[in-house]
Amino acid sequence: MRAGRPGAWALFRRNRLAVAGLAILAIVVAAALAAPILPLPDPDATMLDDRLLPPLSAGHLLGTDHLGRDMLARLLFGARLSLAVAVVATLLSAAIGSAIGLLAGYYAGWTDTLMMRGIDTLMAFPYMLLALAIVAVLGPGLMNALVAVGIVNIPFFARTVHGATVGQAGRPYVDAARLSGFSDVRILVVEVLPNVLPTIVVTIATTVGWMILETAGLSFLGLGAQPPQADLGSMLGEGRKLFIVAPHVAAVPGLAILLLVMGINLFADGVRDTLDPRLKSGALSRPAAVTETRLEKEADPGSSRLSEAILEVRHLRTWFFTGGSVVKAVDDVGFSVAPGECLGIVGESGSGKSVAALSILGLVQTPPGRIVGGSVRFRGQELIGAPLDTLQDLRGNRIAYVFQDPSTTLNPVFTVGEQVAETLRRHHGLSGGAAWRRTIDLLTTVDIPDPAERAGAYPHQLSGGQRQRVAIAMALANDPDVLIADEPTTALDVTTQARILDLLDRLRRERGLALVFITHDFGIVRDICDRVVVMRHGRVVETGAVEGVFVAPQHAYTRLLIEAVPRLGEAPA
Amino acid sequence: MGAYLIRRLLLIVPVLFGVSVIVFLTMALIPGDPALVILGPYATAERVAALRHDLGLDRSVVQQYVLWIGNVLEGDFGRSFSLDRPVLAEVMDRLGPTALLTGSALVLSTVFGLAAGAVAAARQYGWTDRLLTALVLVGISTPAFWLGLMLILVFAVYLGWFPVSGMFAVYRGGGLGDVLHHLVLPAVTLATVAAGVIARLTRTAMLEVLREDYVRTARAKGLRERSVLYKHAFKNALVAVVPVIGMQVGFLLGGAVYIETVFQWPGIGLMLVNAIAARDILLVQGGVLVVAVAYVFLNLLADVVQRLLDPRVQA
Repeated sequence: MRAGRPGAWALFRRNRLAVAGLAILAIVVAAALAAPILPLPDPDATMLDDRLLPPLSAGHLLGTDHLGRDMLARLLFGARLSLAVAVVATLLSAAIGSAIGLLAGYYAGWTDTLMMRGIDTLMAFPYMLLALAIVAVLGPGLMNALVAVGIVNIPFFARTVHGATVGQAGRPYVDAARLSGFSDVRILVVEVLPNVLPTIVVTIATTVGWMILETAGLSFLGLGAQPPQADLGSMLGEGRKLFIVAPHVAAVPGLAILLLVMGINLFADGVRDTLDPRLKSGALSRPAAVTETRLEKEADPGSSRLSEAILEVRHLRTWFFTGGSVVKAVDDVGFSVAPGECLGIVGESGSGKSVAALSILGLVQTPPGRIVGGSVRFRGQELIGAPLDTLQDLRGNRIAYVFQDPSTTLNPVFTVGEQVAETLRRHHGLSGGAAWRRTIDLLTTVDIPDPAERAGAYPHQLSGGQRQRVAIAMALANDPDVLIADEPTTALDVTTQARILDLLDRLRRERGLALVFITHDFGIVRDICDRVVVMRHGRVVETGAVEGVFVAPQHAYTRLLIEAVPRLGEAPA
Repeated sequence: MGAYLIRRLLLIVPVLFGVSVIVFLTMALIPGDPALVILGPYATAERVAALRHDLGLDRSVVQQYVLWIGNVLEGDFGRSFSLDRPVLAEVMDRLGPTALLTGSALVLSTVFGLAAGAVAAARQYGWTDRLLTALVLVGISTPAFWLGLMLILVFAVYLGWFPVSGMFAVYRGGGLGDVLHHLVLPAVTLATVAAGVIARLTRTAMLEVLREDYVRTARAKGLRERSVLYKHAFKNALVAVVPVIGMQVGFLLGGAVYIETVFQWPGIGLMLVNAIAARDILLVQGGVLVVAVAYVFLNLLADVVQRLLDPRVQA
């Protein structure tokens, strides 16, 4: 927990499972450390009259083994030994592995290649098989098992630390230290090591559990601790010989290992989540299938103002709830669009225009988004709070979306043809062959050359413009009534932009589509839209027919957006 | 794909060389005179001298390696003194049972791991997720050899559903059904830890993938959640999980040592443990070398599968 990360402990404490792990670990470690001073029988005292007593016998809480030795005493002393061996083995491989990783990552070049190839070769062995080979030549014994397990785990540390070091070695502070004439050793130890330390700590935490299982395994096979010395593994190994007659002799040490390793693993997960901000608890929450709706009051059932509107949004509020704070991304927004009409929604990024559009079919990510008020009506049907089934039947069918960046909005592992065809199969129940033929027609409509062949291509094999054409084909597949295009040309180069806009405009006119066009570019709105809504900070600041707004903007912000449009023959402001 | 395979096969050569050097060098780790260690304290001076010559101990290390690798490439791994038969013949006899055991465990752990991970991610924070996450935690924290004993106790001794140990019934055995009957408990035991690791990773990979833009696209198309999760998200998650499944092969091959011992399954693992007990170093060496080489090729297979799944990396 290095400085500059205040609250590491607080962060860790929030993770209840990790705290439970730490508690288990603390109890086991405390009991193991205190074993010599606890009022326990001598773990090696044999009492042949009291052999194989079951657990809960008088004087022997966990019973006795085949020589009448007290299981509880043996267990605590065994845990002591197992822990000691695992910790030493972990530190051994952490020290050697980290040193290799640091040196290779820092010096790069030949040193790097040579060292990491060696590590790769060690990793080419099935895990533990190398440990067996090492014990085979060194001979059985706890020290030899420790060495073997330590060596086998070196590659994990070397690899992880290497990765972290390479990430640090290129940083300006390292160059600065070099230019200041510091020695390599000093730079490595004083500058690089502290930055790599969290990685090492996390790897140690996640490795100790494995180490306990591995040394226990070797002892179980009779290759680790030798009698009278006993760790948890060798106790289990002895118990195995008579486990049918007296199962507790094997069951108890095994349970102890399970408990100990589970505690360590829980604790290690907590340490990892604390030190790795990316995995901070909650950061990996799955977005739900539909935006959560929790209306603060019933939606106003008032009649629609524009009878010709096919889609009407009124008083929409979509807020983001993160931690304790609320961001009112969309706050009382309304607009409507009629068949064959193009409505532009303009605003800079963060104005709430995309969130408003996504709210229509509940596509805002929950968490953190939540629709807290308003009404969305499609052909008079209320969509806010509508069942998921209803929304899914409309999505991609009557109301379709085209998103901004076609390099991330198409699924990389399916062919583009399949991605168009599946939406046909979903909404029209078309068979595979019919859907595929219709897909090729659609790709032809959006001017993809050689559509039959391109349909079998994966997204990364197409150009950005072609990918966006595919996305448009996907949106048009079911002849929707409303097409919502969210900055569909922003990620494309200028010539491609113009072509995609022409295509959208043509399709709107041919098919009588209601087009909702979201952009930050007033120029595009002027070219293709009939009416415009200007949004800022989650609110509508101005709305009206495009010519009117363009000629006489009422709001200062609208004027600003219009002035940002480059005009022919004028230098950009 | 063809060019890729050739390139990968060429890249394997130095790895195989490294593996052979390490296996060879374990010999050099033996404290004292290997010939004495191998033959034991009661060997006659002539036998020691003969073995020293056979092992090439009277030459330089490089010469010894060249001699050894030459023999290995000709299929001569030496002779196991404890079994009094060629090492290679013994290893080959043992390879089948180990392949059957680890192969079944791999299939079991992959199927259950992927399914559990995907379902847990789909139900994140629901009770199914909590239950699966708890099971996974127990799975990856359990000493497999202990689990094996407990399963024998419950399912073989008390319930009598499965045989206690071995691969065939002694008298009426030998058929496929008999082998499968013997296979269930060891395969399940061996698969437990790997299934936990795979489930854990699948869950995380799914959760990461579900935040991608193309998942929103899939939802915007009106696809059912089933299709969004188990088609669009799952195939992408798989790309991240397959290399880890490849790594599990290594863990399974190592874990097989314990499981074969517990269940007296006549594979390489049991052979190695017996060979170590008998200090039969040549047999250990041969077994480790053959399994390591097999593992190198299995890893290549995992890479190929990953490339088939992910169209982006196909050149």
